[in-house]
Amino acid sequence: MAEEVVLLGFWSSMFAMRPRVALAEKGVEYEYREEDLPNKTSLLLEMNPIHKKVPVLIHNGKPVCESVNIVQYIDEAWKDKGPTLLPSDPYERAQARFWVDYIDKKLYEAGKSIWSTKGEEQEAAKKVFLEILKLLEGELGDKTYFGGVSFGFVDINLVTFYCWFYTYETIGNFSIEAECPKLIAWFEKCMLKESVSKTLPDPKKVYEFCLFLQKYYGVA
Amino acid sequence: MAEENVVSLHGTWASPFSKCVELALKTKGIPFEFVEEDLRNKSPSLLKYNPVHKKVPVLVHNGKPIAESLVILEYIDETWKTGPKLLLEDPYKRAQVRFWAGYLQQHLFVTMSLVCKSDGEVQEKAIKELFEKLKTFEEGIKDLFPDGAPSIDCSNNLGLLDIVLCSQFGPHKVQEEVLGITTIDPEKNPLLFTWLKSLNELPLVKELTPPHEKLVAVLHFFRNYALKSSAA
Repeated sequence: MAEEVVLLGFWSSMFAMRPRVALAEKGVEYEYREEDLPNKTSLLLEMNPIHKKVPVLIHNGKPVCESVNIVQYIDEAWKDKGPTLLPSDPYERAQARFWVDYIDKKLYEAGKSIWSTKGEEQEAAKKVFLEILKLLEGELGDKTYFGGVSFGFVDINLVTFYCWFYTYETIGNFSIEAECPKLIAWFEKCMLKESVSKTLPDPKKVYEFCLFLQKYYGVA
Repeated sequence: MAEENVVSLHGTWASPFSKCVELALKTKGIPFEFVEEDLRNKSPSLLKYNPVHKKVPVLVHNGKPIAESLVILEYIDETWKTGPKLLLEDPYKRAQVRFWAGYLQQHLFVTMSLVCKSDGEVQEKAIKELFEKLKTFEEGIKDLFPDGAPSIDCSNNLGLLDIVLCSQFGPHKVQEEVLGITTIDPEKNPLLFTWLKSLNELPLVKELTPPHEKLVAVLHFFRNYALKSSAA
């Protein structure tokens, strides 16, 4: 059966990268379309009228929105293709969903605060950011991946932040690896996977983009 | 299949997130112990079971804790396979239900809370936003229910979205009484109004809904406390 899979995204969005990693893991062919966010296409506005955001997965004409939803959808719609992304045990699935929810509630805002504030506010932002990462590092423990022996749901939803770390470290003037060496080692391990390395952009390009964002938002 | 099933739920009677989980457990016919938490004086168990957020609800199943209401609901559905399904099998329908459940619990809840906690211009702006979001939700839900308002039979078979909607907006008459505005207007939101009406008439929902006066009193308290804090 001919399938049409389109993903609307933006190159530096860690959220838009998540379904790209998931689709690559599953071996699902799709068409990627880069959105120019200041000039959103009519397709994006039609497919995600509520939030008007990327990513949006369009599967045979039907849209799925919100990156975590999309990754779960990819796992369920192509359940017989490629590896399973969520664990099979209900308790472990609940834990995986909990940690992804935690990442979504905390990490983006914490990272954004580092590049969008200065002085004391920025110091406080760095502290919060590192606390979040340390908690995640604790959760990883001695496992190979958050999913255990297999790269899975939590790994996919967290790894896409890695391309922004150079930006946070440079603007915030600190080293994440010094505080969370095990987590950085896990990020590096994930980067060896083609699904990840081919999706994440060059961190230096992200940094240049962030400098532009700082000007745009008037962060001195 | 779950063998020896010791289930407890740490929650509070006034929390819609807690209510969600109670409704799900009752829908599935799962016996459980409800542990009422005093949020100003959280129990050592709650802090042990949810050290990350220190919040309710937390489900404890055979000693293992699960936090975050939507995570708990999916856990319940996947663990207790007998009884009604909270989520349908079709991946696309599941994605839509998850999207709207998230919309209800995050976007609508935040706006509704702001309406309850504010007055003057801030409240006016929040009320406008609330109506816009309710309209968005009503339009979006029509895709899920192309034949009109979901027909809830009397068998207490609630789905995940019924449960989340019921927890957040089931007590809309309480909100309306305290705030003096019609939140769910049958003319502006006919589908939502009819849907909530059917949900509120279900015996299972009635059983879990605290008395109207008690809910009005707690919302008054919450609103006054918030207004005083912001004025301070």
